[in-house]
Amino acid sequence: MPVKKVFEGSVDYIQILDKNGKVDEELEPDISKDVLDKLYRHMVTARTWDKKCLALQRTGRMYTYAPLVGQEATIIGTGMAADKTDWIFPSYRESYLYHMRGIPLSQINISWMGWEKGLQIDPEYRTFPYAIPIGTQLPYATGGAYSMKMKGEKSAVISFGGDGSTSEGEFHDALNFAGVLETPNVFIISNNHYAISVPRKWQTKSETLAQKALAYGLKGIQADGNDVLAVYRLVKESARRAREENKPTVLELVTYRMGMHTTSDDPKKYRSEEEVEYWKKRDPIDRFRIYLENKGIWSEDYEKEVNEGAKQKVEDAVKEAEEFKGDPKEMFNHVLADMTKNLEEQKKEAFKK
Amino acid sequence: MKMHMVQAINNCLFQEMERDESILVMGEDVGVDGGVFRVTDGLYDKFGRERVIDTPLSEAGIVGTALGMATLGLRPVAEIQFQGFVFNAYHHLVQHAARLRNRTRGKFTVPMVVRMPYSGNVNALEHHSESMESPFIHIPGLIVLCPASPYDAKGLLASALKAKDPVMFFEPKRLYRAFKEDVPEERYEIPIGKASVLREGSDLTLVSWGAMTYVSSKAVEKAEENGISVEQIDLRSLSPCDYETIHESVKKTGRCVVVHEAVKTLGFGAEISARIMEKDLLRLEAPVKRVTGWDITIPYPKTEEYFFPDEKRILEGIEETVNF
Ligand SMILES: Cc1ncc(C[n+]2csc(CCOP(=O)(O)OP(=O)(O)O)c2C)c(N)n1
Repeated sequence: MPVKKVFEGSVDYIQILDKNGKVDEELEPDISKDVLDKLYRHMVTARTWDKKCLALQRTGRMYTYAPLVGQEATIIGTGMAADKTDWIFPSYRESYLYHMRGIPLSQINISWMGWEKGLQIDPEYRTFPYAIPIGTQLPYATGGAYSMKMKGEKSAVISFGGDGSTSEGEFHDALNFAGVLETPNVFIISNNHYAISVPRKWQTKSETLAQKALAYGLKGIQADGNDVLAVYRLVKESARRAREENKPTVLELVTYRMGMHTTSDDPKKYRSEEEVEYWKKRDPIDRFRIYLENKGIWSEDYEKEVNEGAKQKVEDAVKEAEEFKGDPKEMFNHVLADMTKNLEEQKKEAFKK
Repeated sequence: MKMHMVQAINNCLFQEMERDESILVMGEDVGVDGGVFRVTDGLYDKFGRERVIDTPLSEAGIVGTALGMATLGLRPVAEIQFQGFVFNAYHHLVQHAARLRNRTRGKFTVPMVVRMPYSGNVNALEHHSESMESPFIHIPGLIVLCPASPYDAKGLLASALKAKDPVMFFEPKRLYRAFKEDVPEERYEIPIGKASVLREGSDLTLVSWGAMTYVSSKAVEKAEENGISVEQIDLRSLSPCDYETIHESVKKTGRCVVVHEAVKTLGFGAEISARIMEKDLLRLEAPVKRVTGWDITIPYPKTEEYFFPDEKRILEGIEETVNF
């Protein structure tokens, strides 16, 4: 019997804006000036905020924090591309997204400052509470997407996970169920090359992470995750496919974690200066600045104004967050919808004078 | 040599891996990085990637693979980065690690060690402060150890690496660098299933393990200053548990306080209390008191201090029991 090929698949790599700010005009999305301006402002604000959080942690004003620096395009590109009616399931690294969804920046600070209040987020913002256990959010995103489909809401569910998360069983459950249940999902893999110290190549023998989609019958695309135009375009297209055709997509966004994994980590233990330098030259903000200059949006004055605005916003948010004072007694109030007698007694004991 | 607990465990792993070539270390970030707490520091350089494996990020994968290795002739030490993340692997521990010996009437066994940093009050993020020893003690077929000092950590781990059954090794991360003590350079073992009587006394028995032993010791000192004579027991081994030592002590003192970080409901204190009721009821001068975490989700760092038993709460528990 002749050998037949029973499966063949491939994964496209997409880059629209290269590291030098040169644009591929054929792929260039049509984005209004207003949106371009917002993309830039958010990227700058996110980086400013991130820097501030690090400084706060270093001076004992914030607890363990997971920096986003270097990954602005994946976060902001997605935040801008998503519709208000879509759902987003971020990981801890994308907490800036809450702000893009309309939640005050100060509230995110409150979360990183060690108060549960930070995640007391109204579901109307359609942004799921981020998860610390790796990959757990992914099957929830699949289930959430099935809810949207059953309820007839035309909403895509856009989730984030790191390269490390693709090794957890949940990642595979999420994709497999999405394929079988035909759910409106967009699974973003933020491939920032490391899971704490473990390099991407030790996470899986697969050449790309996107190709894992093919095994589950999903579409898989790899893109330059430091290219905000590519991220924006691909998320827009995938979300539309999800909403209109109930077809899930896996988007592997190739980026780099410029900072430490979290403030408890020392990246010098496991990666070289040269590698970091290589990625510095591929910065997502630098190349977008060139693009905006060519579009006549960016100027020295604009840069100044954007930076000052970002700084002010961040300072205000920190001030507001630091003024927040929660009530420790609340720790007993939300275990179950109704307070039990047992907890009432324990609460009294815990806070007796 | 003076060592803190991280050094003592590290020292033990070095020695054991030199002693027995079938021992290997595996887990997230245990190799090049030396572990997020540096417990496995230096092992990668010394023993290489074949025996010190930076695994893909999957707890189920780590423990499942370790189980296979153990069954077919190796002796893996699997690290779960934080105890709160072990539950993806719980499936393998419960379904097979704990049962393979029984299912095959002793023909197949799982001599592996699963190391897990547990305990809280260290300003960590969510899921990084758990103290969930009970779900493991609850499973017949698992050995559960929990050292409270560098000396015990080294000796218990050495025993774990010769044990015939799967060992869950709970490391109190709060004590990792809390203090140093003399730890012998040479290999030694602390027997599994044997509690340690840290201090003899006549008025009350205090039972604890892991991080809470450290906190309890401070409360016990205060109690002694106040004229209460406390017999302090550090369990070290939670399953099998040295109930004899507890009974003997309670027979003498007639009073018992159990301290644990885990939530109160179905914490191991409940079992200890029940055992005392079964055997020592007529000797008791007061009800067995449990000083524990509350029955709530461990709070975020800003307010977590209200959750964990502290010196004050333990001392109150001691006094309440003595004055019953
Ligand atoms: C289930 C689980 N195991 C282990 C950890 C500890 N941990 C926190 S982040 C991390 C690496 C995550 O890497 P990746 O998924 O690539 O995301 P990144 O942090 O790089 O954004 C690990 C192992 C965890 N949080 N959850």
